[in-house]
Amino acid sequence: MEVTTKSMPYEAWKDNEYIEKLVDELNASGANVVVGTFDKLINWGRSNSIWPLTFATSCCGIEFVSLGAARFDMARFGWEVARSSPRQADFMMVAGTIVTRMAPVVRRLYDQLAEPKYVIACGACAVSGGPFKKSYHVVMGVDQIIPVDVYLPGCPPRPEAMIYAIMQLSRKIKVERFFGGVNRQEKQQEFLKEHPVEGVED
Amino acid sequence: MAQIQETIAKLMPEATFEEGDILQVCVPDVQWHRLAKELKENPDLGFDFLVTIVGMDWEDKYGCVYYLTSTRHNTHISVKVKAESRENPMLHSIADLWKIAVIFEREVYDYFGIVFIGNPDMRRLFLSIDWKGYPLRKDYDESPENNPVTTENERQSDFTTTYVENADGKVEAKEVRVFEPNDFVVNIGPQHPATHGVLRFRTAIDGETVKKIDVYMGYIHRGIEKICEKLTYPQTLHFMDRLDYFSAHPYHHCLCMLIEEAAGIEISRRAQVIRVLMDELSRIASHCLFIGTYCMDLGATTMLFYTLRVREQILDIMDKTCGARMTFNYGCIGGVMQDLAPDFVQDVKALLEVLPKNIKEYNKIFTGNVIAKKRMEGVGVLTREDAINWSVTGPSGRASGWACDVRKTDPYSIYSELEFDEVVRTEGDSMARFKVRMDEMVQSARIIEQLIDNIPEGEYCVKVPKVLKLPVGHWFRTVEGCRGTFGIYLESDGNTKPYRLKIAPPCLPAASVVDHLTRGSKIADLITIGGSLDYIVPDIDR
Repeated sequence: MEVTTKSMPYEAWKDNEYIEKLVDELNASGANVVVGTFDKLINWGRSNSIWPLTFATSCCGIEFVSLGAARFDMARFGWEVARSSPRQADFMMVAGTIVTRMAPVVRRLYDQLAEPKYVIACGACAVSGGPFKKSYHVVMGVDQIIPVDVYLPGCPPRPEAMIYAIMQLSRKIKVERFFGGVNRQEKQQEFLKEHPVEGVED
Repeated sequence: MAQIQETIAKLMPEATFEEGDILQVCVPDVQWHRLAKELKENPDLGFDFLVTIVGMDWEDKYGCVYYLTSTRHNTHISVKVKAESRENPMLHSIADLWKIAVIFEREVYDYFGIVFIGNPDMRRLFLSIDWKGYPLRKDYDESPENNPVTTENERQSDFTTTYVENADGKVEAKEVRVFEPNDFVVNIGPQHPATHGVLRFRTAIDGETVKKIDVYMGYIHRGIEKICEKLTYPQTLHFMDRLDYFSAHPYHHCLCMLIEEAAGIEISRRAQVIRVLMDELSRIASHCLFIGTYCMDLGATTMLFYTLRVREQILDIMDKTCGARMTFNYGCIGGVMQDLAPDFVQDVKALLEVLPKNIKEYNKIFTGNVIAKKRMEGVGVLTREDAINWSVTGPSGRASGWACDVRKTDPYSIYSELEFDEVVRTEGDSMARFKVRMDEMVQSARIIEQLIDNIPEGEYCVKVPKVLKLPVGHWFRTVEGCRGTFGIYLESDGNTKPYRLKIAPPCLPAASVVDHLTRGSKIADLITIGGSLDYIVPDIDR
């Protein structure tokens, strides 16, 4: 099965192996014909209307503004409904440096997102701490506090790169099991089990 | 300079003087408050603008270096004060003379643990209450076990501490309430679209009316000043792009000039022209984005698309020459990283052609709009005295009638040869701050027009030693960033790495003055006022 988005040939993607692995997992787990068809339909809808949370701390946020403006125009893909409330958003673009003081806030925002929810670590700072690797106050990668679906390098990433990252996310959504899968709140618990954080109960 | 020295020596015989690019006075802590009062209030001296307070750790003692400017005589002075004890460092506060000193002293306390006697609000500024240690001390233990990353909510306190000196010279700590017990306090931020980043206002309101705002900063405090102490001089440059990412070029310019001045490097005329061109281009791009986002805050979303059109055009020019749309890292010690792109001149001319039309269009769409006028005129009036007292520089200061453009007061690079007007308005309200930025774009275009046809030939970067060592000493330099006076203090101990690099950003005072401006106005005006001050949060927090 070739998983791709509109007007993007399958060969143009850089990491098809990863998606193929997800497809294999999906096939191996098996689903009956009715549920599988509904999954496909719902995922088609979901993957074409991913709403972002307006959350930015620094430079990457400005590129995200450019992405929303006329030149790069993310409305073409159905992502333009940027919500200020996490309860109405599908994914969170962690655009910018996350520091120790901000960590509880990011975590709370993530917890407030409605399931199924996704995270893109946008920019070198959110991926790994970036140029602030030697700092005493920067969280070295946002994946220490919340699970990340897509890593987007760059300082800051160009709007084209952001489009690519969100398209990757929509590809990932397409190969998910919806019924009995992401519509259950399992992801967060799994992450918490893998990354126990002091003082936070499951 | 000699006259100032004489006046001070007469007033204060204990003071010692150090000659440098600007006069430095050293006084003991007990005399400091008296000297500060004289410096501010004596008409012959008139040092009424507190540029910055630099906290220092000189291994044997902690202390502060105060940078002051006289707006009347356009003279500068710095004062060095050392705290007597190293275990329990204390200095006398000047918060009663300069309002912005409250915030500056809190910053020093946060970094060095120096307690200021008499400061009404001695809390940490950027780090949380439970943070262990003072990060900019030389013996600070940085191991992450001391201050682990946690997802537990930060402890809050409604109290602040103030230190009072008794008649017998003993210092006592007193607890003071931040808000009244009956105040209704609402949290705005850190994740809020109208705060332009991760700034948090704890707002006490009475119905719709704002009673008091307690500004919480530090949600993007990255500790750049400390990281710089671990890196060589060329390595520190790229952090300047990441402070105020719209003023990347002017900030880069500042640090490059400072290091060149310290190392005695002369750069070519071509490099200077290129730097000034880039500064002014980024000023236009920055003001464009300000107008767009500000109008969006006030409800006119369409303006964002109009202004971003010009911004994208400028970013394309930058992209071709610098290789990036933001965080260019273009300036380097000795000049600029690479030569101009072949079609740079042509692109800039195309921009100059469309810019006046666009500005006319913005005025037509927004400036004359009835709703815009109602929301901006007379809202958040900042008087000239308050602007100086709060150190609000840049377009916001000039909107209050304070001619504080560093390009005019202390011309650096080739600005003294260029013809342009300093835009000053006297109303001091949000509309004035908006209009000043509109007019500054025209002036920046004027500067670019003068230079674009006369970019001299020559090398764009002179040869500098591979391992750069600065002589022992300290330097301070200011430039006009897109948002105001940006200063860098550099102290060198003769090594390849800075001993202390202090950044004095224009946005810290701008965010601090929000409390003063919004008292008694409506919550909706908070958005208008905050937007018009145009602060960039990573620049506040560093």
